[in-house]
Amino acid sequence: MKLARDTWLIFQRQAQLLLRNPVWLFVGVFQPVMYLLLFAPLLKPALNAPTQAAAYKIFVPGLLVLLAIFGGLFQGFGLIAELRAGVIERSRVTPVSRLALLLGRSLRDVVSLIAQAVIITGLAVLFDLRVFIGYLLLAYLMLALIALMTSAVSYGVALKVKSEDALAPLMNTVAQPVLLLSGILLPLTFAPGWLQGVAKWNPFSWAVDGTRALFGGDLSNDKVWQGLGIITVLAAAGVFWAARQFARSVR
Amino acid sequence: MIETRGLRKSFRSRAGRETKTVDAVRGVDLDVAEGEIFGFLGPNGAGKTTTLRMLATLIEPDGGQASIAGADLRKDPAGVRRRIGYVPQGGSTWDESTAREELVLQARLYGITKADAHRRAARALDAFQLSEYADRKCKTYSGGQRRRVEIALGIIHEPKIVFLDEPTTGLDPQSRAHMWDEIRRLRTEGMTVFITTHYLDEADALCDRIAIMDHGEVVAEGTPAELKREISGEVVLVGLDAASTPRAAELLDTEAYVSKLETVDDGGLRLYVDEGAVAIPQVLRRLDHAGLDLRSIELHRPSLDDVFLTKTGRSLRES
Ligand SMILES: Nc1ncnc2c1ncn2[C@@H]1O[C@H](COP(=O)(O)OP(=O)(O)OP(=O)(O)O)[C@@H](O)[C@H]1O
Ligand SMILES: [Mg+2]
Repeated sequence: MKLARDTWLIFQRQAQLLLRNPVWLFVGVFQPVMYLLLFAPLLKPALNAPTQAAAYKIFVPGLLVLLAIFGGLFQGFGLIAELRAGVIERSRVTPVSRLALLLGRSLRDVVSLIAQAVIITGLAVLFDLRVFIGYLLLAYLMLALIALMTSAVSYGVALKVKSEDALAPLMNTVAQPVLLLSGILLPLTFAPGWLQGVAKWNPFSWAVDGTRALFGGDLSNDKVWQGLGIITVLAAAGVFWAARQFARSVR
Repeated sequence: MIETRGLRKSFRSRAGRETKTVDAVRGVDLDVAEGEIFGFLGPNGAGKTTTLRMLATLIEPDGGQASIAGADLRKDPAGVRRRIGYVPQGGSTWDESTAREELVLQARLYGITKADAHRRAARALDAFQLSEYADRKCKTYSGGQRRRVEIALGIIHEPKIVFLDEPTTGLDPQSRAHMWDEIRRLRTEGMTVFITTHYLDEADALCDRIAIMDHGEVVAEGTPAELKREISGEVVLVGLDAASTPRAAELLDTEAYVSKLETVDDGGLRLYVDEGAVAIPQVLRRLDHAGLDLRSIELHRPSLDDVFLTKTGRSLRES
């Protein structure tokens, strides 16, 4: 009860601050739309897709997972600014739940990601993408879990390193192989065997495959449940670890 | 109200390959009574903030115990949090929020209902003369206004004790005087106030009792008057030109009321006496008699800086 109330308080505050500065929405939608308009047309021939809509079925889920990963990983910067302003310290002297300090923030990130995802899917639908709504919701669940995990990890790391100078290269170093080895922009079907072998160890690769299967209307594909399962476990672990960082002393 | 025994904290910091241990706080014993303004006076790096952060449950002590308003710091940190307010040295407001939003949120984090939080915020804004700017973003506030918001944030839940870490640093003299009034008002409302400062005049004027801290240790504790009385006597500064200084020293050194005499480098004497008001006329007469030309005479009552000087061998102003 207290956890839910405290989480809601933190979420409200963070969401309010985000809405006050709607530039994020513009930036957050503008870039993916550029990908949709300028990159996706290259895909139809490259993927040997029969139609533009078929190409979108492969490309859009990848793009959304990409947004979830990157959107989450870079949330830590905001937290470092809050640390510096003394806002975190101020919260930590109150009896507020430490888990709520994390969850409220991550929840805000999840909600803003889903808002972004809805806008982008909507645009893709204008370009003839067709997805069954139930499957789409499951795909959004996958995205939400990814964003929850990456933002929690980013917050946890931010509390540990306490400086933007350390956070930026760290997050980039993590994000790059994750991105390349997940088949986000292009499916790994064309990859040589060894690359596919390595990608198996990348949980995001499973998540991307699962999300693509959902967009493709293939609910019976094992990848869906495997992807959801892997990401759920990782999200729980990420939240657990990051919440401990909030409970521990930070300057 | 606050009782600490042997509170200790050291930090390990890495400089290149070497790890250095800084003993920030080494065994602090304090007793703060209910309803007093207790001051923590010390130079930069003395360990004031570290002690406060331990008492506010933000960092865990390496050793020692403390009880705060009846709650044990180690066994019941949640209990301590409910009873205290803490205003950090470096600020605690968010640029993009308004004072009212910050106050309401802070109250709600303490478990206060929404309606009550709004009432308290309005009352606090009024009490700290912030109503006019209440709905402006914090980044538009002056340093003094912002500091007042932060103090209001620290006491929004009406704690028994409030810790204020350097509440007046960076304020102009007028804002400082205002802040002192605000802090005295908290005492009138029954709060115990624990402040840190490195201003001597502030410790002297504002605090009922002070502890002087240096290198992680409390070197003196008491009321400002007690501490000053401890360094017995007063100092008479006699201004003379360099030529007549040796002769004057010779004359005055034999006087019974002078307990110690020092020569000032570029001429003049420093006389340690029991009571300056009694000594001055006698000094005047003696020098006049000898036909020595007196340039100035000045009575110097001991300040907290002299207390610091006697206890640590350094002046607080220099460190
Ligand atoms: N997180 C930390 N890591 C390493 N060293 C620290 C840390 N916090 C404080 N110190 C060191 O502990 C010592 C005491 O610091 P503290 O902040 O308590 O001093 P202070 O009396 O509050 O000084 P000031 O008047 O400058 O605020 C300093 O030498 C400081 O460098
Ligand atoms: Mg300090």
